[in-house]
Order: sequence, then structure tokens, then C-alpha cells
Amino acid sequence: MQRGGETVLSLEGLGKSYPGVRACDAISLDMRRGEIHALLGENGAGKSTLVKMIYGLVTPDAGEMRLDGQPFAPPDPNAARRAGVAMVFQHFSLFDALTVAENIALGMEDAPPPRRLAARIREVSELYGLPLDPRRTVGTLSAGERQRVEIVRCLLQGPRVLIMDEPTSVLTPQEAEILFETLRKLAAEGTAILYISHKLEEIRALCDTATILRRGEVVGTCTPAETTAREMAELMVGASFAPVAAAARETGGVALEARGLAAPAPGAFGTPLHDLSFTLRAGEVLGLGGVAGNGQDELLAVLAGERALPRGMLFLDGADVGRLGPQARRARGLATAPEERLGHAAAPEMSLTENALLTAARRKGLLRQGFIDWAAARRFAEAVIDRFDVRTPGPEAAARALSGGNLQKFVIGREIAQAPRVLVVNQPTWGVDAAAAAAIRQALLDMAAAGTAILVISQDLDELFEVADRFGALVGGRLSEIRPMHDLSLERIGLMMGGAHDMEVAHVG
Amino acid sequence: MIALEKRPEPSRLWRAATPLVAVALTMLAGGAMFAALGADPVAAIRVIFWDPLFDPSFAAYARPQLLVKAGPLILIAVGLAIGFRSGVWNIGAEGQYIMGAICGAAAALAFYPAETRAIFPLAVLAGAAGGLAWAMIPALLKVRFGTNEILVSLMLVYVAESVLASVSSGLLQNPDGMGFPGSRNLAQWDAVANRELVAGTGMHWGVGAAFVAVIAAYILMSRHILGFQLRLSGAAPRAARFAGVTPGRVALTCFAISGALAGMAGFFEVAGPAGQISIDFGSFYGFTAIIVAFLGRLHPVGILLAGLLMALTYIGGELAQLTLGLPAAAIQLFQGMLLFFLLATDVLVNYRLRPRRREAA
Repeated sequence: MQRGGETVLSLEGLGKSYPGVRACDAISLDMRRGEIHALLGENGAGKSTLVKMIYGLVTPDAGEMRLDGQPFAPPDPNAARRAGVAMVFQHFSLFDALTVAENIALGMEDAPPPRRLAARIREVSELYGLPLDPRRTVGTLSAGERQRVEIVRCLLQGPRVLIMDEPTSVLTPQEAEILFETLRKLAAEGTAILYISHKLEEIRALCDTATILRRGEVVGTCTPAETTAREMAELMVGASFAPVAAAARETGGVALEARGLAAPAPGAFGTPLHDLSFTLRAGEVLGLGGVAGNGQDELLAVLAGERALPRGMLFLDGADVGRLGPQARRARGLATAPEERLGHAAAPEMSLTENALLTAARRKGLLRQGFIDWAAARRFAEAVIDRFDVRTPGPEAAARALSGGNLQKFVIGREIAQAPRVLVVNQPTWGVDAAAAAAIRQALLDMAAAGTAILVISQDLDELFEVADRFGALVGGRLSEIRPMHDLSLERIGLMMGGAHDMEVAHVG
Repeated sequence: MIALEKRPEPSRLWRAATPLVAVALTMLAGGAMFAALGADPVAAIRVIFWDPLFDPSFAAYARPQLLVKAGPLILIAVGLAIGFRSGVWNIGAEGQYIMGAICGAAAALAFYPAETRAIFPLAVLAGAAGGLAWAMIPALLKVRFGTNEILVSLMLVYVAESVLASVSSGLLQNPDGMGFPGSRNLAQWDAVANRELVAGTGMHWGVGAAFVAVIAAYILMSRHILGFQLRLSGAAPRAARFAGVTPGRVALTCFAISGALAGMAGFFEVAGPAGQISIDFGSFYGFTAIIVAFLGRLHPVGILLAGLLMALTYIGGELAQLTLGLPAAAIQLFQGMLLFFLLATDVLVNYRLRPRRREAA
């Protein structure tokens, strides 16, 4: 399908360097009216630098941009917005304690009076099939609804160019479908949409053109509908890579068991856990899906031991471990890797050696009567770096100096290298490029084949299809019934995850 | 226009260099201030930094004073720095210092006039226990009720000062003192006097304790798992919880260490340089130690050097008041500048300056 006409935004030889890195090099790209244009690339390929230049967050040091034929060099995001460029970020910038309307007003330069704004929000959100109550407190909204707030905030400005950064990572399949309808409607009205995603299948379904970046350069353009996902992935990586292969494996005895696990919400906007029961056998991968904010973080916290549980709820190899702290659980072989890499799984300012020590101190024998054996800790960090192909100058590099994918390989690798009995991971490949994600999933499957019990909490259903033997959905802090993965279809899973909640499909006019 | 750009990694060079740059900037700005007050800036800087050590007419008195003043500063700052690196903000070391002095002196005076040296270590422990107990108040309130430890520990300084005023003309008042407020003179009582270890150097037991504390803190923070957990709590609280570190225990540990060291410093002071518990015993060491801790980059060895430097500005500042007639407030301002410039240049550890081109919108 060939939509759109004249060029809205054109980039000519755009470049940006950081000390030691050429983030973007001579990137040229044209966006036409009504076009949905995919921007593809691994982490570090230069996608975010590129959109930051368009949105005025970063100043290019070579090349030029033209908007409607006029030179376009926004010094800051306000200027970009005034010129008609809007952006929906991957991470929401909303205040939980404020209402939808207040949040939107905060992002506007001259917000209209509250009542008029509320009416405008209703009008725009209805028009694009994104129903939203302006008086609701943002803290009570689901991730999908929060994203709508961000989108509606953009739409109120009537943008000519809309940039969307990985918008479906927080949505159920049904919610994503609603978003696609909205985007198609916007495109039909002439908005040019720049769409960043790792999910190749959805790009094939949605986008008219794809520009593929690698190491800061454009390495190809294609029409996604006529290109296979595999071809696109190989263009991104620059090489072909082996698909994840599961070895045949046998499951052993029950390694981890939750019996009616419950925990109150940790804070005002946390999710309480209700009556979760599951068993996890050695050599098995149990996948728990669900939309963000349905209890994933809370479940990981109680499994890791960050929050203690009453007696009788959590058993490791038959022993009640609910009251043990994180160190005691690790010593018994229960390893965990939380979703948030920087600040939770790893201390940003500390070196990789120190971060290796963070969970491995006792299990890898890195202590002598409480004194740290730094040489051994360093060797362990180096072993993780080697085995999981972590790209870093060395174990003395600060965690925050690593790219997201590399740090993720490090924190998952740190747990795997401790050979745990049970491994619990939350969003193991979130924001990780295709090659690194494949490596992490392969490592998980290899571990399961070696007899480790693995619990994968993930919002990426493709990932769960790839690695999980059984599937359960987390909805509002409750667990659905657990079913064998191969019996389930995407639609069925979507329904288990709570479907599209109270959303309605866009009325496409 | 100049923009700040975050460095990919903290700069080791700048981490070491910022204290020196801060000292240099303090000399410049302080010199300008002295000039504005009508003093010769070069002479003033010389009196503060050079004369106490090398001027023949002052050095004999001033050199030992260097250790006498630096000892308590270092001892207190080492404890505070452990807390500051762990994200625990004990601002009330002055109060713990005073309570340590009172408890240590009280424990010693309970044995008066016994003449056994065994009282001395006992009194040191009592001083440490007094500081620790006083520090436990903000720590326990924080752990139990989530109160702000900065406010509570700071407010308790003023309570401690009132306790000091009360005991110096009450419980601990010298019965042979003809009604004057103040306790018996401990420095003149052989059993508990905090003597010089090497005569004529100012090196008393408290200075020795400070050196030991520097070494112990260094080993704790860089070699021991407890120190690692404390640093982790300060650097990334969520990661610390993930690693199994309990925030409450961190707060209690840090307050216990810093309180005990401050209390010990208090006793060494009262049994030595100060001599007696009196209304004006409080000396601001507890507050100045906060500056020393940051000037020393929260690192034990840095604190050792910073404590000596700060002691130098104290002694030199007094000399400048005497010889150049500079007001005391100007000297305090000068010391404040040091912390100000240190914090200001600190930004260069994590950020670099870049000139930014002006661009048309």
C-alpha cells in the first residue's frame, strides 16, 4: 500500500559524534505525508540519537533537516513541538498523583483553562478511539492507558510528524491492535509517523517503509510487508544468527512452589499479590505473561526475598523459605534478576567487579571471614564477561557505562554463572537487541536443559512462546490458570491477560 | 555558552584534583575578601597557611596545636564519612561529641580520687558509649517511625548543649570549685589525663585513636563485605535491598560508628586539651568535621589530610586575628568558602564542561 504524497521531513547527511563514538553518520531519510515509517536497529545503532536530533534534544554536528522544505534545526523540544514534531517516549513522564488533565496541562506551553482542556481531551481521545477520562488520577491507570495519555498529549498539538519509541512494549496484543488502528487513522489524515520498535512482525503489519540502522549508518531500506522478519533481523545485526533452539529435556522434582502466595501493595500505586499458586519443576521453564504493572515487580520482590513472606507460602526444594532474606535464599540456590538493570539489579556507579560481588559474594565463595577476595571477584566478573560476550573495556568499567543490552547480559550472566537451582528473571530481554536477546534466551534454555528450574516473567509474548513450557498470566496481582504453552494461541493468551480491558476498537472513519 | 556534559565514567583525575582546586579557589576568593577588609591578601594567606608551621616565633606553639586540633576533627569525620557514603546523614556529631565527653568524664569522676590508670580506658569506652547512645536516638526514630535523621540529629545538638550547661553547674560541678561552674580538671588528674604520647608534638591518645580509625575505616570500606554493603546502600538503595542489605540496619550501623567515634573524641578532648566539663566545652568540632569529611572526599586518607588542612586554617585563622586584626567572622567565612568551592568543583568529577555553539531556532 502506497500512502501519502509530498515529503514532510527530510534528513540530509545527519551526523552526531560523542567522544569516542560516532552515534550517527551521514543519515539521510525522507518521510512523506501519511507514511508510517519504521526505524529499525539494534541497541546502540543510533536510533535514539537520531530521533533526539529531530526532537531537538540533541544538536547534530553535520548535515541538515528540512521540514516542509524549510531548514529545521530545533534548539530544544519546545521549538520542535511548535514546528509540529511530537514524540511519545518509551518511558512515560507522568506524575502518578496528578490527574490526566493536570498531567497534560503540565506538558503544554499555554494550557487552556481546565474545563476547556478536559473537553478537548475527551474530544481528541474519542476521535482517535483512545477513550480517556481527564479526571482520573494517573496512578490508577494501566500502562496502556498511561500511554494513551502521552499520545493524546501529543495529538492535542496537532503534530505533522509523530515519533513513537517502542510503544507496544507495555501493551497486550489487543491493546496494540487498538493502537495500530489509531496510528493508521492518523496516517490517513496525513500525519507522518516515525515508528521505532524491535518487534519485526508488528512492523511488517503496520509500516509502509523501514529504514534500518547499524552502527550509526543507514544500511538499508525496505518495504516491511514484502520482507521477512528474518531478513530484517539479519540486516540489523549485519550477520545471520542461529535461531534459539530448545534441547529436549526432562523435568525433575518440584524445585519452587508457591502456595496461596499473597502480599499487600508495597506503596500507594503498587499492586497487591493475591493467592498465587504455582509449582516449578527442575528443568522446566514457566512463563508468566501480563501487561506491565500487574504485579510483576512485586512478585519478583517477594521471590527474591526483598520483602519477606509469612510462613507456608513459598517453598524451595520443599523447605519454607518465605521468611529468609535475599542472601539466605541465594545461598540455597534461588537466584533472581529484576527488570530494572540500573539501580536495582546493578549499582550504576559501581564497577562490574563490585556488581558481580553484589549477588555472588557468598555463593561463589568470594569472602574470607567477611573480607572480600577482590582478585577472585574480578576473576568471576571476567568469567561472566567472557562467557556472555559482554562488550566492555573491562571489569573495572562502571555499570552505567555499559549499553542496556550489555548490562543485561552481565546481570543475567552473573546469576547463570552461579549455577542456581532456581532462576527467576523479570523481562530478561527488555530493550535488548536481537542478537543479545537470542543469546540470553539460549542461555536460559541451556540452563533448563541442565536441570535448573526457570521462571520467566515477561511482557514479550514472542519471547515466552520461544522459551516457556507452560504459561500463566498475571492480571491485577492474580495468576490465571497455568496451561501448556503449545496449547495456546496469541488470542487465547490475550484473553488470559485480561484482553483489552474496557477499551474499544477505534472507529476508523 | 558552556554546557555540562555527563562523563561516561567518573573521572579519577578530577576526584583527586578537586580538593586542590578548591583550596586554590578559596585562597583567591578569600584573598579578595581580605583585601576588601583592608588587609594585605598575600600576607593574610601566608599567616594562615605558612606561619603556623614555619614562622620561628609561632611554630613552637602552633605545630603541636595542629595535631591537637586535627585529632578530633579526623576522628569524628572518619565516622561521619562512613555514614555519608551509605546515604545516612548524621549532622549531629557535635551533640554526640558533647555527650561522649559528659559520659566519659562522669564515668571517670565516679572513681575520683582513685589513682589507677585502669580508669582511663574505662572512661574512653564510657565516652564512646555516650556518643553511641545519643546517636541511637535519631537512628531508632528513623528506623521505627521514618523520621528525618538530618533534622533529629541536628536538633539533638541543642539538647546536648543544654545538658552540658546543666551538668557543668550541677551533677558534675567541682565540689572544690568554690561555686564556679565546671567539673574537676581531668587533665590534672593522673589517672585519667589524656597525655601526650610524644612530648611536645601534640600527639595525644585521641590523635592516636584518630590514626587507628583512619586505617580501620579504610580496611572496612574497601576490603570488608560490611563496608561494601554500606557503600552499596549509599550508591544504589534498591540494589542494596536486592543484595540483601536492610536499610534499617545500615542506618543503625552508621549512627553507631559515627556516634561512638564522636563520643570518644569528646572524652579525649575533655581529658586533655579542654581539661574539664564546662559550659563552653562545645567547640564546633562536630560541625567542622562535616566539612572535613567532604573535603577529604569521604575517603579515610583524604580525611586525614583534610583534617590537618582544616586544623591549619583554624590555627592560622587565630594568628591572623591576632596579628592582622581580621575579624573572626572573616575566618569562618574563609573556612566556609572551602566547602563551597569543594562542592562546586565536585561537579567536574561526573561532568565535563563543553562550549556550546549558539544556534538559530
